Amino acid sequence: MKPIIQPNIAPYVLISPFIILFLAFGLFPILFSFVLMFHTWDPVQGLASMQFVGLENLTFAVEDPLVWTSLGNTLWLAIASGLPQHLIAIPLAYLINEKLGRWRNAVMGAYFLPYITSTVAIAMMFSTLFSTDYGMVNAMLSKLAQTTWFQYVLPSTNVDWLGDPKTIKPIVAFVVFWRYLGFNVILYVAAMQAISRDQYEAARMDGAKSFQQFWYITLPQLKPIMFFGVTLTIIGGLQLFEEPFILTGGKGGMEYAGMTTAMYMYRTAFDYNDYGLASAISWMLFIFILAMTLLTNKAFKGKEGQV
Amino acid sequence: MSVLQHDGHNTLSWWSWVALLLGAILMLGPFYFMFVFATLPRTEIFSVPPPLFFGDHFFANMAILMQKIPFWINLGWSLYVGLASTALTLLFCSMAGFAFALYEFRFKNALFSLVMGTMLVPAFLGMIPTFLIMDALHWIDQPRALYLPGAAPAMGIFLMRQYIASAIPKELVEAARMDGCGELRIYWSVVVPLLGPAFGTLGLIAFIASWNNFIGPLVVMRSVEMYTFPLALRSVQSPVDTEWGALMAGSAIAVIPLLIIFIFSSRRLIDGLTSGAVRG
Repeated sequence: MKPIIQPNIAPYVLISPFIILFLAFGLFPILFSFVLMFHTWDPVQGLASMQFVGLENLTFAVEDPLVWTSLGNTLWLAIASGLPQHLIAIPLAYLINEKLGRWRNAVMGAYFLPYITSTVAIAMMFSTLFSTDYGMVNAMLSKLAQTTWFQYVLPSTNVDWLGDPKTIKPIVAFVVFWRYLGFNVILYVAAMQAISRDQYEAARMDGAKSFQQFWYITLPQLKPIMFFGVTLTIIGGLQLFEEPFILTGGKGGMEYAGMTTAMYMYRTAFDYNDYGLASAISWMLFIFILAMTLLTNKAFKGKEGQV
Repeated sequence: MSVLQHDGHNTLSWWSWVALLLGAILMLGPFYFMFVFATLPRTEIFSVPPPLFFGDHFFANMAILMQKIPFWINLGWSLYVGLASTALTLLFCSMAGFAFALYEFRFKNALFSLVMGTMLVPAFLGMIPTFLIMDALHWIDQPRALYLPGAAPAMGIFLMRQYIASAIPKELVEAARMDGCGELRIYWSVVVPLLGPAFGTLGLIAFIASWNNFIGPLVVMRSVEMYTFPLALRSVQSPVDTEWGALMAGSAIAVIPLLIIFIFSSRRLIDGLTSGAVRG
């Protein structure tokens, strides 16, 4: 009996599910989104009423102050949540990798757990902890405020953490930091294991202390993975949607202080039914992310030149 | 080398112990309070001093939650979509991984670059057109709108290719071909039975991703009866008078399966999720 599928076409058959899904739900939507950016239509009548409007959506988006507010928020949140992730993950990974024996898997597991947990559950949990009246954070602060040490530093009234435009951003940044720290820790632990032990032995022979070993041996060799990790963090941070969406009840918070661009795009499409404008905003965000990624790339390349 | 193998030897100074311990408390503490709050009535969650121990209000909280949302239906959809998405992901990724690992063909490198390139495309760009496409296909409120589009993820194809290239010798496939096996027969009877460990890792990753998925159902699921669990949970939150106890009970239910999976397979998950990043 002759097999139906010959060896020379078999690989294409095997890859076809990926190809079909990619064309239908990967490539086509992006091309479609590009077309949508230049059109407007009546949402009730559907796509049949589509009209070409040229650059109208784009100019409208560029002149919309809320787009710029949201881009500012997004950049603020990406930096405030992303930078500490790496600044803390690197020394932490060093501690875990060099000094922990029996406990290392348990400790790495503890840091990694938030990363695989449902964002909705996490955001709900932090909403409760930061709740205005008697949320745990406020309750602890008011206890501390009664002690002699902290009474001048801490607020005496309850803070409306998720309602005040000044505190909403730090909270969102903290939740994002909390969620992704463990992923970076494990990334760096893996990279540190690739560094040969001989170098540490030699350094120890020469009398190098633990910190010196970290600074002169570990850190320089982490550069490639640092570049990779920071790029991932930036790309992810600038797309931030779920955490602020749930923490601000989907609206963006007081004075839109917690509204990211991805959220504003969502609201433009699904709350205001303007899909053309929303597509224009999404392409603006795409360009913004591209620019920031290139900038990081340049910063890392530049540093390499100096060293 | 695996991330989890250890070769630590230095001793730990007291301040690093304190730092690691504080960090671990900061990471696990919120989960502890989520479980505590799930067992307390709303009035006790917000009392001073804050409650630190479990109460006996869990079933009362669940009763409130079940009044607010069709709990079992939502949970059922989450499970159904999760299992369907896992099964399809395993099938499609192992097929493509097999092709990339053990065949030579035209455009192989270009196609593999395309697979990896899809990882770089930001998801939000496709959000609005995807909604319009699903609307045009009449797939709004259809579970297939959730499990089908993402059923051949680049990361899964990459994982499978790596595993097949290292675990299945080319000679085995050639021997089967000599014996008159067709190509699909080889895939199904020779390759698939050897993929157990890789299926385990990728299956867990796919299920967790689907279970936690929020944006997907937010865009395509419009009626409460079709909501997956996270989406239903979000609908319980309201600007005024939120039932926090019920919400925490629901959050605990969303997290417990993940916790169980994690306790039994954290090594496998961590290795799987970071392998692409570190070795790729």
